[in-house]
Amino acid sequence: MQAPIISIGLLTLFLGLLVATGGHSADGASRNVNLSTTTSTQDSGLLDALVPLFEKQSGYSVKTISVGTGQSLELAAKGDADVSLVHAPSLEKRYVADGKLQNRRLVMYNDFVIVGPKDDSAKIAKLKSAGAALKAIERASAPFISRGDNSGTHNLEKSLWKAAGIQPSGSWYIESGQGMGATLGIAQERNAYTVTDRGTYLALERRVTLPILVEGDRTLLNIYSVLEVNPANGSRVNAVGGKAFADFMVSAQAQRLIKSFGVEKFGQPLFVPVAGKREEDLGV
Amino acid sequence: MAATLVSLRGVVVRYGETVALQIATLDLHSGEVLAILGPNGGGKSTLLRVMGLLQRPSDGTVMFRGKNAFEGNLLRLRRRCATVFQEPLLLNATVHENAALGLKLRGLSNHEIARRLDPWLERLGITHLRGRSARSLSGGEAQRTSLARALALEPEILFLDEPLAALDPATREALLRDFQGILNESKITAVFVTHDRNEAFSLAGRIAVLHQGRVAQIGAREDVFHRPASEIVADIVGIENRLPGVVEDCDGRYVTICVNQIRLRVAGQLTPGTRVIVCLRPESLMISRDNFRASDSNRLTGIIKGVLAGLMHQRITLECDGLPLVALIERQPCVNLKLAEREMVTITFSFSAAHIIITHQ
Amino acid sequence: MELIWHGVLKAVELVFSLDVEVWSITWRSLQISGCATFISLLIGMPLGIALALARFPGRGTTVALINTGMGLPPVVVGLFISIFLWRSGPLGFLELIYTPTAMIIAQVIIAFPIVAGLTMAGFQALDPKLALQLLGIGASKPQLLWLLVKEAKLPLLAAVMAGFGGVISEVGASMMVGGNIRGETRVLTTATVLETGKGNFEIAIALGLILLALTFAINFLLTRIQQREQLRWPRLS
Repeated sequence: MQAPIISIGLLTLFLGLLVATGGHSADGASRNVNLSTTTSTQDSGLLDALVPLFEKQSGYSVKTISVGTGQSLELAAKGDADVSLVHAPSLEKRYVADGKLQNRRLVMYNDFVIVGPKDDSAKIAKLKSAGAALKAIERASAPFISRGDNSGTHNLEKSLWKAAGIQPSGSWYIESGQGMGATLGIAQERNAYTVTDRGTYLALERRVTLPILVEGDRTLLNIYSVLEVNPANGSRVNAVGGKAFADFMVSAQAQRLIKSFGVEKFGQPLFVPVAGKREEDLGV
Repeated sequence: MAATLVSLRGVVVRYGETVALQIATLDLHSGEVLAILGPNGGGKSTLLRVMGLLQRPSDGTVMFRGKNAFEGNLLRLRRRCATVFQEPLLLNATVHENAALGLKLRGLSNHEIARRLDPWLERLGITHLRGRSARSLSGGEAQRTSLARALALEPEILFLDEPLAALDPATREALLRDFQGILNESKITAVFVTHDRNEAFSLAGRIAVLHQGRVAQIGAREDVFHRPASEIVADIVGIENRLPGVVEDCDGRYVTICVNQIRLRVAGQLTPGTRVIVCLRPESLMISRDNFRASDSNRLTGIIKGVLAGLMHQRITLECDGLPLVALIERQPCVNLKLAEREMVTITFSFSAAHIIITHQ
Repeated sequence: MELIWHGVLKAVELVFSLDVEVWSITWRSLQISGCATFISLLIGMPLGIALALARFPGRGTTVALINTGMGLPPVVVGLFISIFLWRSGPLGFLELIYTPTAMIIAQVIIAFPIVAGLTMAGFQALDPKLALQLLGIGASKPQLLWLLVKEAKLPLLAAVMAGFGGVISEVGASMMVGGNIRGETRVLTTATVLETGKGNFEIAIALGLILLALTFAINFLLTRIQQREQLRWPRLS
């Protein structure tokens, strides 16, 4: 029987039909903006408030692709996204230097905190310096959970260790390879230390009872920037749409929304809007 | 002369390198019942499938009423026949639904189906089962359903592949008798495959003996069973006494054959010196204790080597001057004679009871 | 655990308050997986029947491929399809990435080997002489196929349920090719991952329960059809 050939033929036919119905017309393509961002940005819920506003005002349809920081930037570099919103300054600068991303503009920041067990075996509570805290944790070989996933948070954590002159290794240093929520969960279960962004910590307040032990250090700032994708990265990059979104993120309207985001739910804002400021000027 | 329904010419069926069937010529006539007899693996089922237009031969032509079957509208021709297999092969449905299936496939109305099917359900004694699930039937009931399914189609030819082989002896007996009645009444043309001699002899008018894919002999049942053309056929039809010998003398009506230094007189005409095999059906041997010999019988003496009991017959193995013989004696007379091992008895058989096969060197 | 109980309550609340988002996510899950299952049946069943009944060169290899396909890790399927459908990929011009269509394609590739494999097994379990007997009472080739399909109803329905179950519950490929985009490609499984990541465990459990209830309802229906036949096996004591 020629049935297997018929089956393959049917498969191709259906895929073809799907493609015909699923693909967008040339017009539709330019109304689409692919935004690559991180899971923690998505998880904070901020984009659920900002994106619909942008879509209504601009008429663009935004596809928010929230993946790990590394993948997010790589998608942009390949031209699979039109604009990126991430929080890994050192990595971002490299992509800008390579010409893959351009027009990096600050949008907002939130901060990281170091949380840990109530009994604080490494005695880091109230330390002013994140670096000093990490040194103490390493000395005490106290259990520490790292993201281990090359995310923004993970990059920040790595830079902290580097600044402290430590290469963390040993059975006390555990890499979860997962998102912030899951990593906090592990820290909770194991009564361990970890670095977390304040937003996620607040969101999980009910479940995670580890207290904040170190906060406020300038090195713990988590800076979000919006970057436009270089149209040379791919033939289908929607540079105009990408720029429109980037412009929106630093607009007064968006910045106002960012300033008040989270107050209702957590009693305090999750982010501090800093569009237009310079990185050196930031600090508490 | 009855019409020829199916003709095979030069039919060959190959499975890879092996030749499973090779038929130079075979005709099926209207109104006859043809049995295909032979040992397993001999190509009988293949032959049936080719004749039933279910399998295309590798070579040769199959003519149905004069037209080349495999080049015409095969489905239409196939629908004029019906095939029944050894296993009932019913679907997961009621007896009625199964039996009506053939008619339903041809698009007949329910009214028409009932009209044609009901008499057959009656005839095969399964009307009371019509609502039952096919899975709950006994072997005999299932096979009757399968037969009803085929017969309701009123096929021009009915093909059956060992239809009774899967049944237990009692059921087989009952169904055999019923089937015999049906064949006689309806004068249907039928071809059936069997390895059971009794079945072949009771049901068929003509028998084709198939051996290793070839027709070893085809003819009226009497001929095949009593006058086999070769040793192979003799073996297949159950002639257990096959005695090799040489023709010594011929007097026009009878020949004298020397078998192991015993002289036997057999009806026939042959040139002296011809090498032959004398075939004797076990049933044709008579055993007695006296020395009486009829004028048209051969008489031998021998020793009983064994007596095997049977329901209808006793099977006596003997040795006559070095010649092994097998006799099948009806049970009652045998019991009366009180035959026992190591007894010396007289064996007689008439001149016309033996059949001669000329051996080719 | 009270977390699960709260999840149950949340599920009831979300469903009965006709929460738009939850209902649209549920409907989308059904649409995408239903469509994918249907297409898988159209492709997989004839293939499975052909593999069971016919002999052709390359059959052995095809069977091995199908059997391998049954165990394909969905996330790997998702990754490979993504690579093709990304703007940077060879099929990027189709603009299918992050659309429900891409998810259907991925789910078809996951489901159709399952359907084909189980269909093949179901047909192979039929008596090989049955086909010949049905031809012997005058069935045409289409009629024969139809009768065999009816006879193999049990395993074929199992194939449908297995195919559907495999795709409605999968998350890896859906995430990769769909992107979990709100209002467009978010389905019950990807939404569950999202809510868990956010720490909204009650909602996550609720979504999980809705998915289970949905799958159960559909399988219940199919099972009723499948088991309507009399039981073949006698009661073994």
